[in-house]
Amino acid sequence: MNLDQFREKLGYHSLVLGVIALAASASLALTDNSTHGAIKAAEKRDLQQSLAQVLPSGFADNDLLKDQVTVKDADGNAVVVYLPRLGATSKGAVFEVSGRGYAGEIKILMGVDPAGRIVGVRVLKHQETPGLGDKIEAAKARWIYDFDGKSLGQPAPEKWAVKKDGGQFDQFAGATITPRGVVKAVKGGLEFFAAHKDEIFAAPPAVAGKEP
Amino acid sequence: MSSQYRDIVEDGLWKNNVVFSQLLGMCPTMAVTTSGTNGLGMGLATTAVLLVANMLVSSVRNYVSVQVRIPVYIVLIAALVTVVDMTLNAYLHDLYKVLGMYIALIVANCSVLGRAEAFAARQPVLASGLDGLAMGLGFTGALTLIGLIRELLGGGTLFSQASLLLGQSFAFMEMTVIPHYGGFLLMILPPGGFLVLGLLLAGKRVLETRRSTAKPAMPTPTLAAHCGV
Repeated sequence: MNLDQFREKLGYHSLVLGVIALAASASLALTDNSTHGAIKAAEKRDLQQSLAQVLPSGFADNDLLKDQVTVKDADGNAVVVYLPRLGATSKGAVFEVSGRGYAGEIKILMGVDPAGRIVGVRVLKHQETPGLGDKIEAAKARWIYDFDGKSLGQPAPEKWAVKKDGGQFDQFAGATITPRGVVKAVKGGLEFFAAHKDEIFAAPPAVAGKEP
Repeated sequence: MSSQYRDIVEDGLWKNNVVFSQLLGMCPTMAVTTSGTNGLGMGLATTAVLLVANMLVSSVRNYVSVQVRIPVYIVLIAALVTVVDMTLNAYLHDLYKVLGMYIALIVANCSVLGRAEAFAARQPVLASGLDGLAMGLGFTGALTLIGLIRELLGGGTLFSQASLLLGQSFAFMEMTVIPHYGGFLLMILPPGGFLVLGLLLAGKRVLETRRSTAKPAMPTPTLAAHCGV
């Protein structure tokens, strides 16, 4: 039986499909194996960079990835709070909040000092309209820096809104829903911090070399 | 032989352009062309996959029987895209953060399967690679053009954030054409994509009809019937 005849058989089709599937899975397994460590390291570096962005340099000297505590928010969701420390002094808290934008969830990382003043806010992830809503990114506009130094009393609670709603934060031309969502989420974050302050600062400093 | 290669290149870039003639890959075309930079990034990533996928398919073409060719091509393309995705994530992480959302979309791009089936399954490896490259560059050109038009009309800029994609040395490409432009939201939202694509399609048709006034314009290639994603 020559090859041309064998090619018409059902067994040949299965064989070809099987061999290709095997080769594809093997190449995927190999790639996953060789890239796994590098991807994990890159994601860790990403988180470190975001954490570093909301905290000024020299603000804390501990490893934030190890010094963290999990707190339940008002809705019962677990929130991971990173605890920056300088020596033994607690310098505040860094945590993620999320708001609703024009096109879904906006993930925000914010840093707060022990007195409840904002140290820094950064948007981690969003799907807002490019060129309009994406001005909430620090890389694209200065808007997000407006939050620095603000707290629940400064400005007054009713001023925690975009200008269109009578507040003091700018909206963007053609996009109000996005900044409105961010302002609301950041205010919510401050309220979360105020309500759980004792719980957050009750956590003991991480012992070097021990995972939390 | 060289005239065959010239035909392949001309086909990919203009005559049989993925977007403007075959009307394939409409999903990424509409979804990511909100700016010139986005179009360029998606186009380049797709070009790389088209090039390698075509060469892979061509090199196994003599062993794959007609009956199982489609599943084989799909498995090859999906595996390839996943490998590209993981490799970029691991070793070019900054580029991956910009392109990340596009990479997985390439599997759903019909033009990759379309080229495998229409060209690479019948042609030698070198010609298939060239076809993938030419088709990819044609796709890149189309996406960048649509993106630039939408960006210009929608936000008054060109190639904004190009330095995030290509590196700081390309920051000169970022231009604000119309300062203090209020923005024309419709062009950036999905209807803008349809409007711009429709006008460009009509424009290409007019150009081609004028060029071949002697004989009537060729109908759109049959390949478009394969799928409409």
